[in-house]
Amino acid sequence: MTRLSRYRILLPVLSLAILLAATFWMQPRAMSYFGLNLLFNLAVPIALATIAQMMIIMVNDIDLSLGAFVSLVACVTATFLHDTPLLGLAILAALILTYAALGAMIHALDLPAIVVTLGMSFIWGGIALFILPSPGGASPGWLRSLMTIKPPMIPMAIVAAITIAALTHLLIMRSGIGTVLRGVGGNARSVARAGWPVIRLKALAYGLAGLFGVLAGMALVGLTTSADANIALRYTLLSIAGVILGGGEFIGGKVSPVGAVIGALTLTLAASFLSFLRLSPDWQIGAQGAILILVLTARLIFSRRGAEA
Amino acid sequence: MPDHESRPIVALAEAKKHFGPVRALDGVTLSVAPGDCIGLVGHNGAGKSTLVNLINGGLAPSGGTIRFDQGDDALTAGVRSVFQELSLCPNLSVAENLRISHSSLPRIGWRKPARAEMLASLDAIFPGHGIDVAGDVEIERLTIAERQMVEIAIGFAPRGSEARLVILDEPTSSLDAGIADQLLAHVKRFCAAGGAVIFISHMLGEVFEVASRIVVLKDGRIVAERATQDFTRQGLIDAMGHMTSDDASVETARQFGAEVLRTPEGLSARQGEIVGLAGLAGHGQAAALARFYLAKTSTWRASRTSDAVFVAGDRARDGVLPLWSILRNISIASLKLGARAGLVDRSAENEMAEGWKTRIGIRTDDLTRPILSLSGGNQQKALFARALANPAPIVVMDDPMRGVDVGTKQDVYAMIRAEAARGRTFLWYSTETEEVCQCDRVFVFRNGEISAELTGTEITEENILAASFEMQEAS
Repeated sequence: MTRLSRYRILLPVLSLAILLAATFWMQPRAMSYFGLNLLFNLAVPIALATIAQMMIIMVNDIDLSLGAFVSLVACVTATFLHDTPLLGLAILAALILTYAALGAMIHALDLPAIVVTLGMSFIWGGIALFILPSPGGASPGWLRSLMTIKPPMIPMAIVAAITIAALTHLLIMRSGIGTVLRGVGGNARSVARAGWPVIRLKALAYGLAGLFGVLAGMALVGLTTSADANIALRYTLLSIAGVILGGGEFIGGKVSPVGAVIGALTLTLAASFLSFLRLSPDWQIGAQGAILILVLTARLIFSRRGAEA
Repeated sequence: MPDHESRPIVALAEAKKHFGPVRALDGVTLSVAPGDCIGLVGHNGAGKSTLVNLINGGLAPSGGTIRFDQGDDALTAGVRSVFQELSLCPNLSVAENLRISHSSLPRIGWRKPARAEMLASLDAIFPGHGIDVAGDVEIERLTIAERQMVEIAIGFAPRGSEARLVILDEPTSSLDAGIADQLLAHVKRFCAAGGAVIFISHMLGEVFEVASRIVVLKDGRIVAERATQDFTRQGLIDAMGHMTSDDASVETARQFGAEVLRTPEGLSARQGEIVGLAGLAGHGQAAALARFYLAKTSTWRASRTSDAVFVAGDRARDGVLPLWSILRNISIASLKLGARAGLVDRSAENEMAEGWKTRIGIRTDDLTRPILSLSGGNQQKALFARALANPAPIVVMDDPMRGVDVGTKQDVYAMIRAEAARGRTFLWYSTETEEVCQCDRVFVFRNGEISAELTGTEITEENILAASFEMQEAS
């Protein structure tokens, strides 16, 4: 472990701990099974969306369509998956494949991902409105019970977050293919020279993003029991912020799945914390931004020190 | 073509590569057999990189054939390349970088064997390398020399099969003499054991030391191919097609002006002086230059006319603006000078760039072409033009001759001396002793500090080496 990689995970952990301590200090009753579940419930879909965004950032791209995509998945889940499960699954699978195809196209035509995904966000949003013009739908029963399951001792939200973090850490940081995927972000030419088809790797990264985007949408419907075409629009920016907060960087394939999950938890907690402060909702977004800037500044100072040492 | 007893690992017949109208490689016939160590020389733009990319499969030939003795492509034939421009993934650790080019590692628990293989390879080539393989340090945390060592070690590592032909493109450009010697010794061992190496270097001494056969490329063709002992240094340089000006370096004692700079490290220079920074690579020379230069220029109150200009050695990182034309790349540092009311004077810009193109000899007929259409050496000339076009009194050069051919070097030396005579001060970091000996005064760095200051006739290779190595102090 080098100093830098230690800091990279240390800082997200530290910021979450400080925020959690402040929340508990403000509202001691949150320090319970029920309180924790309530605080972090909505973090599960955000964590999944953050992982999806991380897959894209890992290969030096950025996904501006994620929020619209998660909304679309939520609409599909609340309608097709509920009414005709097989058709619903087929649609979700097709969405994942579309994501993979987008990745291949972005690589093959050398298009800027930021433009393609911005365009796609309107397409996803349009389809979502088409499926569910007004809020409604219903969560499939199994999904609802999965999301509201009550494990002993540790609340579901925490169990889910730890599971997501552990699985994606294995996939991205430990496995061979994860290493190669990070290599694409670090130096795609060298990966290509070693005989890897970079186009397939990019398709894989985007496909994984699609998969986690679908999981995020499903988890969201499991929690909210209904959907709406605009339900997750803010996920786009939240997921980007989560990746960066978790120690990831926009370029260079430097990402941390564990950090990304922690980043998502921190962002969710920040919203609750500001509500506890009785801050008017008008100010909350600004305050969230201030927290983000604070953490990023701290990280910059740490990494500068690390580089000097 | 000399005869080989064994089948060649790779055989090219009339291989051609054209980029539009540019004939980068114009019919090359070459075969590499086990045990060969081929020194490939030629000036910048002669087609060396293109030839390498044809052999390793990076480019498809426009004509002719390339045959391997095993399999159809370079990878299955055991052809490995180590590139000049450092092609590792900086965000991954040493072992993870091996994983990328080694697909037959086990799926589960691949880290341990990968680390062991890297450590074995590094130990074999660079005994006492001191690179922390077990700690999973990311490549970006290593020095440039260590990265180059890792890259070479990956090239020679078995990676499931075995390395049969290793192409080394300027492998020693970032290594200091001791480590380069270790590499040369390993290349000899490797070839003696039946491996083959294509060795590309501008350091002719190294080529003469390791190569069994020397191939000279010029304008996309092989102009000479002979056993090494049949070449003399002068013969080789003549074959490459350069008039080397006789080294009658006119060492007239010049008069210098007042001291124009002094840094906290103790670096100082007078007006019109060429000050060299020497020592082993990575001992703080580049950092000292960067600190000085950034303090002079990148501040809020940087004035309209800058005090210093910078010539980058790491072109991709510090120098070239890859999306821009050659013209824009040259004029960027001096736009403000010809500007009126904040608008660029296009005709003055053109005139200035054309003037420098002829003065410094950039090989292109159209300055509006993208900068990346030039070969590496010509890109470097454009960077020199960028710096020298700005009348700033101090020119900072961070090992600017990396990968520049002999002829260009002579041109640039002359230009530097001429500019110095006109009163400009040069701060010149170089890893090559020959360049350092062009300087009026030399500071030798060791462990981030200045260990010696040499002037005039004291500037000799022995003195610089003595000050570079710690052991000399014990006496």
